Amino acid sequence: MLKYIIKRFLWMIPMLIGISLISFFIMQLAPGDITTTEANFNPKASEESRQKLRAMYNLDKPIIVQYGLWLKRMATLDFGNSFASHQRPVFWQSKDKDGNVTLGMIQEALPITLLINVLSLALIIMIALPLGVISALKQNQFADRAITVFVFIGFAIPGFWLALMLMYWTGVQHQWLPISGLQSMGSEHLSWFSQTIDFIRHLILPVFISAITGLAGISLFTRNGMLEVLHQDYITTARSKGLSENRVVYGHALRNALLPLITLLGLSIPGLIGGSVIAESIFAINGMGKLFYDAVLMRDFPVIMGILTIGAFLTLIGNLLADVAYAWADPRVRRGVMQ
Amino acid sequence: MLNMFLKSSQTPSNMHRIKWLPFLLLSLIFLNSCDNANHSSAQTDYSKQYPAKEGGTLINAMTGEPSGLIAMTAGESAASAIADNIFNSLLKYDKNLDLAGELAESWDISDDKKTITFHLKPNLKWADNQPLTSEDVLFTWKLVTDDNTRTPYGADYKLVIRAETPDANTFKITYAAPYAPALETWASLHILPKHLLKDQDINTTAFARNPVGSHYYKLEKWKNGQYLSLVRNPNSTQGQAYIEKLTSRIIPDKAAQFLELSADNIDIMGLDSIQYSRVLPARPELNKNIALYKELGNSYVYLGFNLKRQPFNDVRVRQAINYAINKQEIIEGVLLGLGEPVASPYKPGTRWSNPALSPYPYNPDKAKALLKEAGFSDTNGDGILDKDGKPLSFEILTNQNKEREMTAVLMQRRLKDIGIDVKIRILEWASFLGRFIEPREFDAVVLGWSLGLDPDQYNIWHSSQQGPKQFNFVGYNNPKVDALLEAGRLELDPDKRMKIYHEFSKILLEDSPIVYLSAGYGLNAIHKRVQGISNPAPPAGIGHNTHEWYIPSQYARNELSEY
Repeated sequence: MLKYIIKRFLWMIPMLIGISLISFFIMQLAPGDITTTEANFNPKASEESRQKLRAMYNLDKPIIVQYGLWLKRMATLDFGNSFASHQRPVFWQSKDKDGNVTLGMIQEALPITLLINVLSLALIIMIALPLGVISALKQNQFADRAITVFVFIGFAIPGFWLALMLMYWTGVQHQWLPISGLQSMGSEHLSWFSQTIDFIRHLILPVFISAITGLAGISLFTRNGMLEVLHQDYITTARSKGLSENRVVYGHALRNALLPLITLLGLSIPGLIGGSVIAESIFAINGMGKLFYDAVLMRDFPVIMGILTIGAFLTLIGNLLADVAYAWADPRVRRGVMQ
Repeated sequence: MLNMFLKSSQTPSNMHRIKWLPFLLLSLIFLNSCDNANHSSAQTDYSKQYPAKEGGTLINAMTGEPSGLIAMTAGESAASAIADNIFNSLLKYDKNLDLAGELAESWDISDDKKTITFHLKPNLKWADNQPLTSEDVLFTWKLVTDDNTRTPYGADYKLVIRAETPDANTFKITYAAPYAPALETWASLHILPKHLLKDQDINTTAFARNPVGSHYYKLEKWKNGQYLSLVRNPNSTQGQAYIEKLTSRIIPDKAAQFLELSADNIDIMGLDSIQYSRVLPARPELNKNIALYKELGNSYVYLGFNLKRQPFNDVRVRQAINYAINKQEIIEGVLLGLGEPVASPYKPGTRWSNPALSPYPYNPDKAKALLKEAGFSDTNGDGILDKDGKPLSFEILTNQNKEREMTAVLMQRRLKDIGIDVKIRILEWASFLGRFIEPREFDAVVLGWSLGLDPDQYNIWHSSQQGPKQFNFVGYNNPKVDALLEAGRLELDPDKRMKIYHEFSKILLEDSPIVYLSAGYGLNAIHKRVQGISNPAPPAGIGHNTHEWYIPSQYARNELSEY
């Protein structure tokens, strides 16, 4: 097993290089660069100064040379500095000679995106699993239909619209919840406890909005998995042994129906670092989605590449984890890997 | 996981304990609304005027976060919006957009017009109590002209061939030739402290996020992605502002900003025309708390022709299109009436704007006559004019901007009326510039230029400025205009200069290389707790005197309370 994991890890290196090479070229296909976007067609920005900037950022060199330079930096895990954001480090904090620490852009955006996504994934699982089970048990009855309609409404509803409606209802009309941001103005003077409550209150709507769209996938997945398993012979065996319906459903059927979910969760690991641009803009949350979107609009190449590389790495890790977890959960797969 | 949950819920003693905990938390989280409710201002009457008083916090919303607060390297508008409260320039524009001293008490221009001497106000100080002297000004000039400084704005300052500091209060610069826009450049260069930056790399220095300036405010806190707050600088070189604290919240979405304004969490935001003229007037409960202000905008939208292409090389065709477009309709339809037509690239009401000029009136008959004169007629009866077998048809390009798209559609319809076939293409900004503007691959564009504070328009209209990345991308070439633009750069006397640019605007309007479409108003909503705002706004806009705004303590926002 260990050998297998090491082998997979080593395979990641050429894959990452391939992915980054393709990303780098595709990124360069878009017209314009930081010198077009930053000076924003301002007559005060002279062409001469722009050429100077291009040279400073190595944008005047052939793409393959630029990629080589980037790869050379990446070899030392140096993600570089942003073009557009006053040379902030892309990934992790740096310290200048006077001891001033500048936080990395991804370092700053990642935790909040991760928190919201993990919470909403947890919420999705907590709601979608029971819904899926109920749907399967009441197949084609009213409860099943109602649940399916409900999760599809959640899936189809435009998130930004629902977000604005909820913000208006809970924030303006009733003042139950804050509208946007992550903390209230002036909350830094409050006690630790109040600050935490304040923070949680700010998270409720973003987590809810990002969860509501994800319900459909997992609940239908669970429903179909359950339906398949419930028709297996061993379920009939379990029933004929005289086990209670609860034991049959939760002890035998659900556990087996959940196996494919492991793959699904493994594949959603890279999704955890990707925020939604629209939700983050509306809720004024400084997360990964907005960071990436702004970087693309500004042609801030180091930031784009940094996020893509980390995303690619996490996707590969997610695949590996899913495979390993699957092997751990399912003896048949485990035996296949060992051989 | 589910199994575990089922098991634990089977033991009744646990059940009780678990049951009330979530409810307690939920009630804490939701039911503090009574605290928040007391600042919901339904009860407060904001119509009373109080005398000016120090104190209070003004919260505004901005869509983007600055990358740093050194304007010369940051470049974006969010950065200068904040930095303008922290740093001073030598000069400033007063409320009528005339130049006035800021750090400089006065300035003299030598007889040969090549040397400008600035006399600083006495005893200026930085926020950290160090003296601010001409050494700092010299240092800033060296920075902005340094080849290692990553700024797109160095060119104007590189025209200075000698900069000297005869004494601590005098800064003297010499240009190779008289350069009239020079004064404007010294009104937009934030003076930076030498004692803090002299050993730093300006491109990476932490000073950009922790600045020390000399203006009304200093940075108190910068919470990334959330807000920046400024407090009054006791050492301000310009006297003291009334409002104690300025907080700028970063809320990228305009709709979310509007909700925050409705919930009284922010005091000031920029509105779009729909919010201004439809949404707010329809909400009496909001109108009690919020006042609306409009000011002259900073830019105008135009239809620009590629003058190197047929048929736009013919002035009659350009004039015909100008007559065929109904500007009032665009202002009514796109800006909901919240804009003005312009006839020159200068703000109406300022000295540079020629009062004798007026926009081309809507006159389709005259347009048709001009096109006929230019040789266009509908020979094949398809409703589209043609000449030499080629239909009069062109494509308007614009970037993803709802107002510009709508403007293009309205023009398309009016041009169809006189027999011109127009197609519209919408593009992302960087591709628009890179693939169409730079290689000059366009017929016509809808774009905007700013209504400049300094009248110099050399970069945009002089025939020498047509290189691939230069700004005369329409390809305008008129020796008379070239001569005027050159003369305008050499003339430092404001009145003589005014005559030059009035003449320039007149020729430009006649030649019609672009069609001036509209100049939208800047629209603001400000909570009525803020007093001391001049209304109607002078040419410099509503924000020209923010240091005189105040918030009476009776109207101050309540502090947050503990849960």
